[in-house]
Amino acid sequence: MAEMTREETEALIQEVLEVYPEKAKKDRSKHLAANDSSLEKSNKCITSNKKSLPGVMTIRGCAYAGSKGVVWGPIKDMIHISHGPVGCGQYSRAGRRNYYVGTTGVNTFGTMNFTSDFQEKDIVFGGDKKLDKLLDEIETLFPLNKGISVQSECPIGLIGDDIEAVSKKKAKAIEKPVVPVRCEGFRGVSQSLGHHIANDAIRDWTLGARDGDDSFATTPYDVAIIGDYNIGGDAWASRTLLEEMGLRVVAQWSGDGTISEMELTPKVKLNLLHCYRSMNYISRHMEEKYGIPWVEYNFFGPSKIAESLRKIASFFDDKIKEGAEKVIARYQPLMDNVIAKYRPRLEGKRVMLYVGGLRPRHTIGAYEDLGMEVVGAGYEFAHNDDYDRTIKEMGDATLLYDDVTGYEFEEFVKAVKPDLIGSGIKEKYIFQKMGIPFRQMHSWDYSGPYHGYDGFAIFARDMDMTLNNPCWGKLKAPWKASDESELQLGAQA
Amino acid sequence: MPSVMLRRNEDGQISFYVAKKDLEETISTIEFEADDKWGGEIELADGSKYYLEPLDEAPKLPTTLRVKRL
Ligand code: SF4
Repeated sequence: MAEMTREETEALIQEVLEVYPEKAKKDRSKHLAANDSSLEKSNKCITSNKKSLPGVMTIRGCAYAGSKGVVWGPIKDMIHISHGPVGCGQYSRAGRRNYYVGTTGVNTFGTMNFTSDFQEKDIVFGGDKKLDKLLDEIETLFPLNKGISVQSECPIGLIGDDIEAVSKKKAKAIEKPVVPVRCEGFRGVSQSLGHHIANDAIRDWTLGARDGDDSFATTPYDVAIIGDYNIGGDAWASRTLLEEMGLRVVAQWSGDGTISEMELTPKVKLNLLHCYRSMNYISRHMEEKYGIPWVEYNFFGPSKIAESLRKIASFFDDKIKEGAEKVIARYQPLMDNVIAKYRPRLEGKRVMLYVGGLRPRHTIGAYEDLGMEVVGAGYEFAHNDDYDRTIKEMGDATLLYDDVTGYEFEEFVKAVKPDLIGSGIKEKYIFQKMGIPFRQMHSWDYSGPYHGYDGFAIFARDMDMTLNNPCWGKLKAPWKASDESELQLGAQA
Repeated sequence: MPSVMLRRNEDGQISFYVAKKDLEETISTIEFEADDKWGGEIELADGSKYYLEPLDEAPKLPTTLRVKRL
């Protein structure tokens, strides 16, 4: 299908909204828009970070997911207790593929699930005693842990347990940080508030641990990677580039990160912020309290990487600036090869994205490097500032959808007919059954890394592998495929 | 009286950030911007107005201050 005009996009939105009752229609219409890249501020065209409507299929997560799953979970040498019933932690265990090095169960604990496994009696009589006991047990069984965080699930807030008191008491007893996090799932409208709460907990309970302690030898080139969760090794692929240009990476937040790295972050010269949505809070705090500037960067696709490396280098002296140029020059031939190989196979293909955090806007550059075009983008839990940054990246009159519902997403896809969809696991099989190539873009569909130059080579291969897979032409049983043209999209009719 | 964090953004404008509401806007005008008197009525790019009790000196940014919504 050719480009959609603004009128067509708006008509499509109206048509999709038609099935809703009056009130729901009014509410949802604010979250859907045709992009107008001339706007400075997104709030003129799209509303975000609002409560989902009851009755629609939202794709969002909860505050606990934002704190335990995203921000705290990857800190590998701490034990994160999913405090409450067993399910929240168990069903999300190890799902995000935050890679790390270490011996799981001995000095690192990333893929394990720790829970206080609440039963009826804990709800009735309170769970503080259980938490107290649990912390002792952890200390006995896993003595090499460097700290413990208590990630509250819904019931904790409902029954009014005092996890702060228990944490303080136990932190003294075991002489390690014990961090209570009030990230009960019901707080906020999505996982986004969970990120914020987790950032605040880091600020209040760990960040200041080494204030006034100057024993850590610093260099003028110290930086921290903030908001990279090392999915499929992303942070490693980013870190090598930064080190190659002459910087010293003191901390990784929080993929493959440790608590000691976090405590050392206030000593760095510059914070490099990849996922703005989940960690801008702590970056703002460090800027105010420690005077550390922060800069957003984007390590998807060679064009954006080069731009970002130069932007980062501009904070440092000529040595680093030259270093950045050297890195760019070294990888350019490699990237040219990747593009020469895959671009002809992907040129002109159209992509629709619906993910979280930073990806709907950050990956646009990588797709463009491959000659592809993003024709629709939306976030699960973005705020206005995310859309401000997105409208400039997207083409005019392309579709924007905030907190899209299952129904809307399907209808949009049927009308726009993209060549590829990037979204989550819950959407994957619906669209694959509709015969549309799909990549799971939360954890890179069991692949990765996608960050950095090395990541781009993998990204390009994966997109080609998915899009040009011969299976898409064989979705209809041969005895039913009488008409050739029905082959491709017949399944959805 | 929300507390807001003021910081200079990449374009040199002052951004106005209300942590409680996750609201970020750039400031379009500040009533007093002298070194010995800073604050007063603040207008944001989206048109909303706030009042900051004038300070005796220009603050070092970033900083967190309490303002009143007008
Ligand atoms: S909403 Fe509550 S019960 Fe559900 S996963 Fe989140 S913390 Fe657990």
